[in-house]
Amino acid sequence: MSKECDKSGEGDGMVLKMLTGSQAVAWAARLARVDYIPAYPITPQTEIIEILSEWVRKGEMDAMFVQMESEHSLLTAAGTAAATGARVFTATSSQGLLYGFEMLYNIAGWRAPLVLVNVARALAAPITLEPDHNDVLAARDSGFLQFHTENVQEALDLVLLAYRVAEDHRVLLPAIVNIDGFHLSYTRESVDLPEQSAVDEFLPEYKPVNPIRASAPVAKGTPVLIPPLYSFFKYQMHMASRNALNVFMDAAKEFERLFSRTYAPVEEYMLDDADTVIVMSNSFTSIGKQAVNAMREEGHKVGLLKIRLFRPFPTDDIIKSLRGKRCVVVIDQNISVGKGGITCPEIAEALYHLEDRPKVILPVIAGLGGKSISLEEFKHAVRVANRLASLRAGPDGPLLLFREDEAVLVESLLKLASGGQ
Amino acid sequence: MSIIKYKTLKDVPKEEFLVPGTPLCAGCGALQVMRLFHKALGGDVVWVNAAGCVTLMATFPYTPLKSSWFYIAMPSAPAGAQGIRDALDILIKKGKLDPTENLKVVVVTGDGAASDIGLQATSGAIHRGLDFFYLCVDNEAYGNTGFQASSSSPMGSGTATTKPTHLYPAGNVLPKKDLFEIWRSHRPPYVATISPSHVIDMLRKVEKSLSFKGPKLFLALSPCPTGWGAETSESVKLAKLAVETGIWPLKEAVYGEVTHTYIPSKRKPVEDYLKVQRRFAHLFKPVKNESIIAEIQKQVDEYWSKVEH
Repeated sequence: MSKECDKSGEGDGMVLKMLTGSQAVAWAARLARVDYIPAYPITPQTEIIEILSEWVRKGEMDAMFVQMESEHSLLTAAGTAAATGARVFTATSSQGLLYGFEMLYNIAGWRAPLVLVNVARALAAPITLEPDHNDVLAARDSGFLQFHTENVQEALDLVLLAYRVAEDHRVLLPAIVNIDGFHLSYTRESVDLPEQSAVDEFLPEYKPVNPIRASAPVAKGTPVLIPPLYSFFKYQMHMASRNALNVFMDAAKEFERLFSRTYAPVEEYMLDDADTVIVMSNSFTSIGKQAVNAMREEGHKVGLLKIRLFRPFPTDDIIKSLRGKRCVVVIDQNISVGKGGITCPEIAEALYHLEDRPKVILPVIAGLGGKSISLEEFKHAVRVANRLASLRAGPDGPLLLFREDEAVLVESLLKLASGGQ
Repeated sequence: MSIIKYKTLKDVPKEEFLVPGTPLCAGCGALQVMRLFHKALGGDVVWVNAAGCVTLMATFPYTPLKSSWFYIAMPSAPAGAQGIRDALDILIKKGKLDPTENLKVVVVTGDGAASDIGLQATSGAIHRGLDFFYLCVDNEAYGNTGFQASSSSPMGSGTATTKPTHLYPAGNVLPKKDLFEIWRSHRPPYVATISPSHVIDMLRKVEKSLSFKGPKLFLALSPCPTGWGAETSESVKLAKLAVETGIWPLKEAVYGEVTHTYIPSKRKPVEDYLKVQRRFAHLFKPVKNESIIAEIQKQVDEYWSKVEH
């Protein structure tokens, strides 16, 4: 593990550290006193499991670390351990998440409340390293709660919040905390590292429901061959996930009391007087906020809405933030090939029945495979949305952002690949 | 280690852990094996299952087991066992769980899950030295989906995906994967083959395995009346024929050292075993396929020639 800059805070026992996103989520697992960490390496997740294995091997963490032979097995072991009553932490990324994909639905169906950090990385093919959100959003319908993080502090805090919400008996669902590969995983930021005693107060011991015990035999994961039974159990999961909204609000209040940081399902940025709102999630939101600042300086009433809690979907918060706005620009850092962005239709559905719904909801695809989003691209998207609003027209498809300089670069590489023809 | 010594059928424990009333087929070899296997294991067991015939044993809201059961997924029952074993161990170590709540973790899968889709997870669990039992009930095909070929299907057998035709008179042309040797190559504490026809041999092996910590792996021949095409009352007899013809050797390997626990004094011809099953009927009708039968016999003879001297 790389060296950390320790700097004691003033008076309140607060510890500030310079941590990467990987270090921060590893710290969160440590502070949560997890029992079990099954692991399998994949870039850009590896730093997390390297740190945790070292802490366990040095006896600094009273947990069991097991390196599995695949993500499918890793997720399986994580799920059965949680169902047996252990507090489980694990992390994967991209292809790894997809390789173990069927187990996501199983873990959720087992109602095994573990926490999985996904270090976002775009999916092959073509194989690449930098992030977008097709990996984590592929798990959208699995029953996992999903927390999306913008910065390193948020990554640490949301892992702690995720345990609290997931393990609540009104919820009992696993959770994914998403951190963007490279942009968060390997980026060092100043982090307020919570006190162990405060975390202990925030996060009581996990109390499993019907765990596997000699004194009380159980049958888990059994087939249900009667269709209404299947529907019943899926509805149960859905309602439990919806319960997580209130459970999260209560947990966030307690978190704020203990740690003085506030988390809501969404975060509003310069929204009050905004007529155009950019909707984003994860680390690129920081770039979006910079763009909002720049556009504000030019006199445009632009704001930003960050989606932090993606499952359960915070419909009411989104309505509250976006109703009455003129234009909504939804930047999806993912692509459902043949349709467009994955989150835009969800935003649109949330707003559809409102009298004062926005005139335009513009779907925008950006940042695939970690492609940066320039200020000019943000401005362009906002201009397009406002032009459509003036024309009382709707978009005829998602706006696929691509800059001229990028087109030139790609063209030169295509030429190179074809032998200069 | 258990103090019971299994000498005759009278020594078979009376206690039942798997009670009647499962949805499995009449005459299912796997069911017979599990019932006896469980008697030798004793109580405090959690079965960990991959998709296959025995998955239907516990169908909501019923279970015929007095012990615990966890259906996982087809490729990763051994990884499921890993999570349960590790969780029990760490919770006991941390004082969060009373040691009396501990369980034996026992994977049970068919041959498709063991030899094909779950082989990677199995290799991983054995390599990590996981303290668990693995019982593979081998009916030599994907029985639950209608008896399609698996890599455990013997050469010459007809299955739903290796039907004998004029182009493929043998039916299945591929050899049976040697799972015993694959398992043994990891040098686990204990590997054994068992048969529902040789009950005392089975119980002794389970008893012996109980003294080892680490992977304890059992490959059980499991006659399948529907897939093999035989009367439900013939299952034990078929299993016995498999042993007496030498097709199913009874053996064990302790840390890789192989011992045959039963050597037939005079092996019956394989034909005796083949001709009473519908899955081999094409080797006899409309004309007898002497060369394939001879090939099967040759493979058996070659195997035993290495055992006997």
